[in-house]
Amino acid sequence: MISPGLRQKRRREALRNVAFLSPWLIGVSVFFLYPLISTVYFSFMRYDGFTPPTWTGLKNWQYVFTDYPFFWPALRNTLWLVVVMVTLRVIFGLGIGLLITKVKTGAGFFRTAFYLPYLAPPVAATMAFAFLLNPGTGPVNNILGAIGLPQPGWFNDPHWSKPALTLLALWGIGDLMVIFMASLLDVPQEQYEAASLDGAGRWQQFRFVTLPNISPIILFAVVTGVIQTMQYYTQPLVAGKVASGIIGGSGQQVEPGYPDKSTLTLPQLVYHLGFQRFDTGGACVIALVLFALAMVFTALLMRRGSGFLATND
Amino acid sequence: MTATALTSPVTLTTAARTARRTRFLHWIAVHSLAIAAALFFVLPFVFVFLTALMSDQQALTRDLWPDSWHWENLRAVWETPGFLTWWKNTLMYAGLGTALTLLSSIPVAYALARFKFRGRNLALMLVISTMMLPPQVVIVPMYLFWAKQLHLSGTLWPLIIPMAFTDAFSVFLLRQFLLTIPKDYVDAAKVDGCGDFRALVRIVLPMAKPAVAAVALFQFFYCWNDYFGPQIYASENPAAWTLSYGLESFKGAHHTNWNLTMAATLLVLAPVIILFFFAQKAFIEGVTLTGVKG
Repeated sequence: MISPGLRQKRRREALRNVAFLSPWLIGVSVFFLYPLISTVYFSFMRYDGFTPPTWTGLKNWQYVFTDYPFFWPALRNTLWLVVVMVTLRVIFGLGIGLLITKVKTGAGFFRTAFYLPYLAPPVAATMAFAFLLNPGTGPVNNILGAIGLPQPGWFNDPHWSKPALTLLALWGIGDLMVIFMASLLDVPQEQYEAASLDGAGRWQQFRFVTLPNISPIILFAVVTGVIQTMQYYTQPLVAGKVASGIIGGSGQQVEPGYPDKSTLTLPQLVYHLGFQRFDTGGACVIALVLFALAMVFTALLMRRGSGFLATND
Repeated sequence: MTATALTSPVTLTTAARTARRTRFLHWIAVHSLAIAAALFFVLPFVFVFLTALMSDQQALTRDLWPDSWHWENLRAVWETPGFLTWWKNTLMYAGLGTALTLLSSIPVAYALARFKFRGRNLALMLVISTMMLPPQVVIVPMYLFWAKQLHLSGTLWPLIIPMAFTDAFSVFLLRQFLLTIPKDYVDAAKVDGCGDFRALVRIVLPMAKPAVAAVALFQFFYCWNDYFGPQIYASENPAAWTLSYGLESFKGAHHTNWNLTMAATLLVLAPVIILFFFAQKAFIEGVTLTGVKG
């Protein structure tokens, strides 16, 4: 038997919870659950945005997986980026994090210099790299030529466009650097002292003290890196457009992913199908593929990740 | 260090000397590496800057250093029709967006960190899922909603209004920080007859200043840098363009003039860099908060 006083208190608490949570309850319903259900609905409809939608069953799905020429190249590019770009970013981020913890003189300067590019707006950063790496007059090929190295076509060569994007991603390593730096400073100093008493050299200390201590952070960096790759949009799009020289007026119908589909990613396909070809159904199919991929890795993060769901009550 | 103290006095001096030499060589190695890395991070800014100030003719050559300094390039960009509008629009998007995000997200983060209720873990999982969600997943119905039902395409409102209904990343980050504030403070205030809302505003918020500052900065930068949102909603109306979107069209109009394009790039980069120098600490603390707590 619950006393009336307790019941009243509970009701007051429930009201209070709803009041505090109401912005989110509205937001998640209107801007997430409703459009998600709507995306599933449209993936089975033919709809061009003007005439009323009609049911087409699995036609959109079939079209995207078998006939749409950009889907598989985009998926392959995503795989390439996950394997190469994410791996290199984690290794480079850890390296730069380690370096910054060892620097004794001018640490403030180096930290700022390493961190700053991370803040550059993606469009501006991509534009800067399109200039730096342009095969004709760019400073990078200029310098490579001067010291007798080969001068790749970078954003204009399908084999070099993703490495060029990787360079851009490594330039913006600031976020990972800070996270690794913080976790490296958290490694208990006694463990290093104990290891060095046991005669462990620098490499062994790194291998047997540092790595085990920061492995959760490495996992975090890998999984968030993969999720960011699923969202990778602005840089490849702008790089492709600048390199092909086709930006400017809207509504141009040029093949996306210049050069030769090599910079296509899944989010670009949502834009291409939904907003350039007015194929709402196809765009929703891609959106759902993207959703499934993002959720798989988010689940991984929540299961193994660094105490995301921890509470303190 | 400990090892040298244990050895005999005779070997101590040589050991100390070797140790000092190793430490010096180590210092050299570390700092040469750091300088090499710094070049990688800083040189792109330098080349952008140098090219932005070249003459039209020189910008077409492979020269790295300007023969004459054309500061008027910056002015030419600034006076390009539209540039000032892009600035104002970006500032409005980022300023209003940040303010609304803070207002809506703080109470939600507090409730998720402090109140016990059924479905709290589910709510938290939803927050994390939406945080990780590429915006393209729901863009098609969202666009139809804003354009066909509310007739707001061609403006930035479809990007600003949702922030009045929380931003997942901000909620998550604030919640992680609020967990670290001891409960006793709030409990004590409640004993004194303070309500939940007042306790949040008067006691918790002042203690959560670093997290609030970090969230504000991140959100401001997110809006400032956003390209996809303005591309979807504002592209049809140049009066609503933002800097990121306008910068790209600027490149389209001046595609052979790297000097003017780089001058425009510089003018988009500059405010971000200036803001960073004012709020460096809040940034670094904020990034650390995102992943590693708990």
